[in-house]
Amino acid sequence: MGNPIVFLILAGVAIVAAIMMVTSRNAVYSALWLVLNFSAIAIFYLLLNAPFIAMVQITVYAGAIMVLFLFVIMLLGAEQLRGVTAAIGGERWQQVLAVFSGLLLLGTMGILVFQGMGDGGDTAVTINSSPAALGVRLFEVYTFPFELTGILLLAAMIGVAIFSFKKKKKEES
Amino acid sequence: MPPVTIEWYVALSVILFLIGSMGVLLRRNAIILFMSIEMMLNSANLLFVAFARYLGDLDGQVLVFFVITVAAAEVAVGLALIVAIFRTKHSINIDEINLMKG
Repeated sequence: MGNPIVFLILAGVAIVAAIMMVTSRNAVYSALWLVLNFSAIAIFYLLLNAPFIAMVQITVYAGAIMVLFLFVIMLLGAEQLRGVTAAIGGERWQQVLAVFSGLLLLGTMGILVFQGMGDGGDTAVTINSSPAALGVRLFEVYTFPFELTGILLLAAMIGVAIFSFKKKKKEES
Repeated sequence: MPPVTIEWYVALSVILFLIGSMGVLLRRNAIILFMSIEMMLNSANLLFVAFARYLGDLDGQVLVFFVITVAAAEVAVGLALIVAIFRTKHSINIDEINLMKG
């Protein structure tokens, strides 16, 4: 499932980008670090024999969604939060509790990862995962969920339109 | 060097998920909170694709496709909410957003 050296380099890039995203004080820098993280994960998808998902990751996540984020950050002028100077906020006990629960999660996951799945080895199965094969699977097996996705996107679009419409009417009156 | 096994991907996914959840718990900026949630979704997607490769099953990739669609809808609605809240309260600090109305 990939070359170990390539894996380690990419994992390092992804983790460093993730940490920088969470700790950056400026929201614009956070967004740019997140783009780097998404790009690293897209390369992982290529390594894992998923070219279509990799391209969707680049266009939809690193492209469309991050442009939306940057647009809203710059629209609101929310690069730096008013009244909050530190990158990490909240009460002291909240921070301690958050880090403690995070470590707990890491510990349990670590036990599961390194003890639960014992067979190991490079047993990856190569399958035909071209966009054509994916499309056939999508429309033959998952037709109904696909239709539901269309309804979901329509509902989200109408919801966003209602949000902006209502605000406008309120400001006029 | 040992070959890359599925455990490596599980470990990477857990670490990314953890950093994302730390961001949600520790940051006060609503937009950065949203970005952290996106990263958590992404780590789950990575695991889906890794197991699709491991088990030789295409269904994992189809599921990732659906997750990306839901995430796109979620981001659109969530950012519209943030903009609406910013218009009334002139802040997106989640500590100041503590009223259901007003």
